[in-house]
Parts: sequence; C-alpha cells; structure tokens
Amino acid sequence: MAELSNQLMALTVLAYLAAMVSYAAEYAFGNRSRVGRAAVRPARQLVGAGAPTDAVEVPGDLPPSDPASSAPPRTPLDRGALFGKVAVGVNALGVLLHLGTLVTRGLAAGRMPWGNMYEFILSVTFVGSVAWMVVLTRRPGVRHLGLFVALCLVVLNGAAALVAYTPVGPLVPALHSYWFLIHVSTIIIASGILLLGAVPATMFLIRSGYDQGKRRFPYTLGKRVSAAETLERLTFRLHAFAFPLFTFGALIAGPLWAEASWGRYWGWDPKEVWAFISWVVYACYLHARATPSVKRTTATWIALLGFATMLMNLFGVNLFFTGLHSYANAGGM
Amino acid sequence: MAVTVVEDRPAPPAAPPPRRSNPVLALLRNSWRQLTSMRTALVLLFLLAVAAIPGSVLPQRKVSPERVATYFRQHPDLAPVVDRLGGFDVYASAWFAAVYLLLFTSLIGCVLPRLVDQVRSLWTPPPSAPRRLGRLPQHMPGTPRPGAPAEVAADVAAVLRRRRFRTRAAVDDAGTWIVSAEKGYLKETGNLLFHVALLAVLVGVGFGSWYGWHGNRLLVQGADTGFCNAVTQYDESSLGPRVQPADLPRFCLNLTRFQATFQPTGQPKSFMATVDVTEDGGPVHRRRFTVNDPLRLHHANVHLLGQGYAPILRFTDRYGVSQTKVVPFLPTDGMLTSEGAAKFPDVNIDPATNKRNPDLQVGFEGVYLPTVSADGSPRSAYPQERSPALFLTAYRGDLGVDLGNPESVYALNRAQIASGQLTNVSGARPRKLTPGDTWTLDDGSTLQFLGTRPFVTLAVRYDPTQALVLGGAVAGLIGLMLSLAGHRRRVWFRISPPAPDADERGGSLVEAGGLPRTDYPGFGEEFAELVHAAVAAEAAADDGRAP
Ligand code: HEM
Repeated sequence: MAELSNQLMALTVLAYLAAMVSYAAEYAFGNRSRVGRAAVRPARQLVGAGAPTDAVEVPGDLPPSDPASSAPPRTPLDRGALFGKVAVGVNALGVLLHLGTLVTRGLAAGRMPWGNMYEFILSVTFVGSVAWMVVLTRRPGVRHLGLFVALCLVVLNGAAALVAYTPVGPLVPALHSYWFLIHVSTIIIASGILLLGAVPATMFLIRSGYDQGKRRFPYTLGKRVSAAETLERLTFRLHAFAFPLFTFGALIAGPLWAEASWGRYWGWDPKEVWAFISWVVYACYLHARATPSVKRTTATWIALLGFATMLMNLFGVNLFFTGLHSYANAGGM
Repeated sequence: MAVTVVEDRPAPPAAPPPRRSNPVLALLRNSWRQLTSMRTALVLLFLLAVAAIPGSVLPQRKVSPERVATYFRQHPDLAPVVDRLGGFDVYASAWFAAVYLLLFTSLIGCVLPRLVDQVRSLWTPPPSAPRRLGRLPQHMPGTPRPGAPAEVAADVAAVLRRRRFRTRAAVDDAGTWIVSAEKGYLKETGNLLFHVALLAVLVGVGFGSWYGWHGNRLLVQGADTGFCNAVTQYDESSLGPRVQPADLPRFCLNLTRFQATFQPTGQPKSFMATVDVTEDGGPVHRRRFTVNDPLRLHHANVHLLGQGYAPILRFTDRYGVSQTKVVPFLPTDGMLTSEGAAKFPDVNIDPATNKRNPDLQVGFEGVYLPTVSADGSPRSAYPQERSPALFLTAYRGDLGVDLGNPESVYALNRAQIASGQLTNVSGARPRKLTPGDTWTLDDGSTLQFLGTRPFVTLAVRYDPTQALVLGGAVAGLIGLMLSLAGHRRRVWFRISPPAPDADERGGSLVEAGGLPRTDYPGFGEEFAELVHAAVAAEAAADDGRAP
C-alpha cells in the first residue's frame, strides 16, 4: 500500500505537470481576442452593475454572457480553448490521483495521512488543488491562472518528495489526540487555500505592473490573465476565507492541544513562533487592504510575504530548527 | 465600479480652535492621533512580526536552557552581548514588550472611539437619502408602480425589513416618501468584538504569567520515592512574580505503575502512568494519566513528558556497611540509551574513628542500556528491557559534593577527576553488569545491581487565566468571522406621486439608490434583487409569504 502511494504520488506530479503544459499551451495558442474577452469578462459577483434587472435571471454557475461583445462564431479550430479544456481535465485527473496518494498513504499507516512533513505538504497541496477546482467552477474566467497553480503544485509536491520524504510510520503518542486532528486538519485547509491565494496575488502584481506599461519579463506574463481588479478580489476572498480557519487551527486548536500535551498553551516553540508571524503578517494584509491610504499592490505584497512565512514554517522550521514540533523524526515522546 | 467607502478611523472630535493652543498639548494630541491611526497600527503589527523572528533563530532560555548554554560555549564573545539584548528571552524582553504595548495602546485608542460610534449608530435611525440618488454607485431611475406612495412605501419597507435591513420611512411636505435602510452592523460589531477580544487575550496572558507557576520533576516508581508539591521538591521550577512558595496547592503523588508500549521499530506507541494522589491531606485516590491527557488536580495539572529507567544499586563498603540507592539515568535517545551516575559520599567510614574520610568517597558513572544490541554497539537497540545491562566505571576520592557548588546528579564532578582528587579505580573499560550481578572492587567493597525501576518526568503547571485566554480567543474568532463575512450597505427608496400629467392615476414613481460602505462586490446583485422585489407589486406582496 505504501508502495502504491509512492507510485500514485509520482503519477500525481506527472498529471500536474501535464496540466501545466496544457495550460501553457492554452496560454501560448489562445488567440488574443478570446483571451482578451476572458480577461475582461467580469466575475459572476460583479454582474448587475450595469443592468440590474437582467442580472437576476442569470442562472447559477454559468458565466454571464457578455452582451457588449459580439461573440465571433466558435470554430472547432480554437486551439487555445481546446487546450484549456484539456488542461482542466488533466488537472482534475491530478486531483483524483492526489487523493489516491493520500488515501493509500493513510491506509498504509493506519491513520490520517498528516503525521509528518511529507504528508503534511501533500495534504496542503491537495487542499490547494481542490480549492482551485472550486474556484474554477465558480469563476471560469480565471482559468488562465491554472498555469501558475499547476506550477506551484508541481514544485511543492516535487519538493515534498525530494526533501521531506518519510517512510510510512505510526504516530508518536504525543500526536494521539483529537485536538491534534482538528489542529492539523484546519491548518492544512487554511494553508492550502492560502497557497492558492498566493497565485492570484502574484498575478495581480504582475498584471498591475503590465497595466502600468512595464514590459520586462515577469510583467509580460500579465498580458493574458484576468483584469487586475478581478485578481485582487479573488486574492482577498481566498485570504478572508482562510484567515479565520488559520486563526482557529493555529491559535485555538493548536494551543488547546499543546496545553493537554505539554502543559502550556503557548511556549514560543519555533513552529509556534512562525505560525504567530504568519498570522500577524496576514492580519497586516487585511489591515492594509482596509486602509485607504495603502495601495492595493502594497497590501498584496504583504499577503505574499505572509505566504513566504508559511513556507518558512513548512520547510525552514522543520529543517533548520529543533523544537517540540519536530515530529518528522521518530523517537522520543 | 463599486466605490469603496471605508472610514480610516472616526473623524476626530470637533477640532479645537487652532489659535493659541498649547504647543505641548498640540504635540501630545498629534502624537496620539498618529499612534491611533491605521497606518501606525499597520507598522506596529509588522514590527511585531519582525520582532518575533529572533526568538526562533536564537535558543530561548524558557524553551531549551541547554541549548543556550551550548550557544554560550560556542560563541563566548557574542553570547553575553546577545544576552544583554534579551536575545535568549526575546518574548520577555523590553523591546518586544515595547512593540506590543504600543500596538495595544494604539488598539485601545482606535477601538474606543469606534465603539462609541457604533453604539451611537445602533441607536440612531438610518440617515435620510442624499439629494441625488443618481450619484450613488447603485441606482435605479424612477420606475412607475401601481399603488399610492404611502402604500408603496409600506410595501418597500416591509420588503427591506424582511431582509433584515434597519428601515425608516418618512414623508415630506410634497407627499414624497423616503425609505432609508441600512444593513450589516454586525460587520463593525464583529470587528470591534475581535479587537476587544485581542485585549482580553493580552490581559489573560499577562495575568497568567503573574499568577501562574510550573515545575518539573522526575518521579521514580515506588512509595519511598514519592513527591509532595513544594518548590524545594522540584528539579526546576518557576513561580510567577505574584506567587509565593506557600501559595502552591498541597498534594502528594507517588508513581505506582508505569506502562509503555512500543512498535517493533522502537517507536513509542502508548504510555500510561498510574499514581496515588492525596490532595490537601485527604484520602488517597488512584489516578491514571498519559501523554495528551494530563492529571488534572485542583489548581494544578500534571503532564507526562518523558520516561526512563532508574537502576537500583547496593554498595557495600570495605567495612561491610551497605547502602541502596535508586539512581535515575537520563535517556539520551529514542531507544532509551541512558546516562547517569551514582554517588556514595557517606561510605568507608572507619567504625573506629566514626569519621568520614573525604578521600574514600565512591562514585560510579556510565550508561544503562535496556536492550544491549548484539553487535556490541554502545547504544540501546530497543526501548524496553529485553536484555538490560549497566556499563559502569568506578571512582574513588573526593566527589566534590561538599564544595557547595550546584552540580549535576547525573554525572560525576569533572573538575575533581581532572585535578586527580577523584580517580578511576576500575580500569579503562567500563564493567558490564546485568541485573543481579555483583562487582567486587579493588578494596573489597562491592556493588550489586539489583534491577531497575521506571521513572517518569513530569511537568506540573497552573495557569489561572487559561479559561479567559481561551474565551477571548473564541470570541475573537467569532468577531473575525462576522467582520470578514459581513458587508455594511445602505439603500434608499424615494417614492413620489406621479407627475400630475401622467395618465396612470393613483400610481407611484419609485427611485432607488444603494451605497456599499465596505468593499462588497456582490452588492450590485443584491441591489438588483431588492429593487426587483420593491417594484413588482405582486412580488412585494408575495415575497416571503406562503403562496
Ligand atoms: C493587536 C493588533 C491588531 C490585530 C492583530 C488586528 C487584526 C485585524 C484583522 C485581522 C482585521 C481584519 C478582519 C476584520 O475586518 O475584522 C482587522 C480589521 C481592522 N482593524 Fe485591526 N488589528 C489590530 C490592531 C488594530 C489597531 C491598533 C487599529 C486601529 C488603528 C485597528 C483597526 C482596524 C480596523 C478599522 C479594521 C477594519 C477594517 C475593515 O473595515 O475591514 N486594528 N484588524
């Protein structure tokens, strides 16, 4: 079973890689006007600004038709869109394989698959991946972000497999606790969504640079993504959703577990320090976004900084510092 | 599109007359305004994050004093400087405190006026409509609707109230009705709750550190090695500044049984400690506790942190007098390879003189392996006692225990060995002892290894404000969710009688406008839905009622 999990893991990374290539192909072949339309197409939420009475009739999840543009007839030769569809399909396949990896891993270990760093990262990227699928169904207009989402997934999963791989093993007794389950699962979900949130954040910064006329390398990527405002809003929504979850997981469930396990709810262990830092930085982001005198780009930079601190906690703290949380290695209590 | 209207912070109270104001007061007032501005809060929050970093890079005294000691050894020049800057105790340092105290001052200064504002706005009806609804981000131009204005206004107000808008309807001299409505007060309320809860958490943490205490204790199994709660009984303890040693609750513990199970790989699977507890001189209760599930006593919690073995050693000196000691050996790895020392300062007392000879004290030092590995490695192969053995070296001389210096009970005094006052009397190779073995030293004295007893390491803690901190954190989370999910917005309906020349008698003209007061992309949709319900008379009448 553990062997199967490892093979599925390899397939997962390959699937994400394939999805990435397809997204890239859509990116490259997408004919300018189509992509342009996708970029200006308002997200579902924005509907109704101009034509309030029509908007109510727009059914559920379909993207609103854009009355302003006289849509050119769809030709089967529209390779960009085809690649986009293929990309989403392959991406979905990747999500299933990813799920399979986690399930087989959990079965092999006889517990939830988040007992060490390798499993933790795999779970976080899985949540990010699922959240991406959810965003895609609700706002198909942002599909172009798929390239960067897939890139993130490939890099992080690859890093997990190369740097953090740990053979299947049981949990040490300190991890036998329902607070542990709650603590870790909420942090995984929050981290996954924050991971996904970093993608539109980055693209927003690139896009606003592009809009200001910057034409150097990273900014050229901004040519074909959605409008800056859409990206910024998506960034905020994802962060606003994940922040309370993270607060609960890291600052409530975590201390409850720590109290039962070590006798103190907070002890400034390196892992706790970095969770605190991430939390404060994300609070900074929410503050900055609510402060009119702070530019949205500045606020978004803070969100990315927050993500960097999350990565630091995920990789850096496990590898560089020792603390009570270093449960990646065996032994001890 | 949607204009975002977010108050930076409430307008300062009516500005005082600018002329002739006291410059000191003005400076104070300006500083206060600066301190409580959103930008300053942002900078301070950021500083807080940055200030927390050194505590994860440098070893912290509260977390791992051994690693601080190592740091001092490795960086003899740098360490004292770092120490003076509070680098080994970052979270109790003055500069860290400065950041968070400033932040919380700013928080109070920011939240109080908002609190007042919020309470006031909850008592005042929604403001009347702006003159030109057409200027608002959301607008519906005048649309005819059947029904007299008063009737329509009542309908519209009902529609709004059903959607939980705070609604007010008023009529002016010209017979035009204005329905004003506002929704989303919970957002601001939640936000205030969140920030006030942060204060509660800070206060809770502060009081907790003042009135809390903790101690660590190694407890060997057996009635003769019990422990009663007192500062002197702890290996290491720390009381908050407001706690006196006499304040500690009275209880006694004695470990009657300790069970540990392990995976075949040696990874721990479960631990269970059984203790006899007496509280306040009451009856004895048998209680069990484990990792993650502490023993909760009155005003004290006992947490299981670790385990190990304590060899039982009987030493019989050259005059035939014996002493038995139970000596805990400290584990150094997951397989419980353990190190320790047994000191016998009061031996070899000549019965003729009855005087203790400091040069004839005896000490043993070495390792205990619960499972000796077949390959002869000096490490234990498994954490349970499958083939236990003790490897000891014997020393005789002055142990140095009378010098009055604090010293480790797990090792012999290095300085005494270095100075030759304590000498090795058993040769270079440590002697291997299995349970039951007796070892005869060069002077005829003997050491008998009788077996081992398990021991546990315990942390005993009490934090009186834990519940307050938890309550604060939960309240804060609720506030946070309300604040992040909520949207404050206002809508107005102006319902006027139709122009006199209109053919349609008795109808009304409905105009509407909407203003999101916070960033709320979904407002357009909501507004559309609202006006739809308000304009379609049937819809308004049916809305929310069973058909
Ligand atoms: C102790 C440090 C602080 C933390 C951790 C913190 C955290 C937060 C967070 C996470 C939010 C966004 C969630 C929400 O909208 O409720 C927020 C909003 C807000 N904070 Fe703070 N805050 C702190 C201090 C302050 C201070 C000192 C001020 C005053 C200058 C302040 C004023 C505000 C305001 C006005 C909002 C509302 C923004 C909006 O309209 O969405 N906060 N705070």
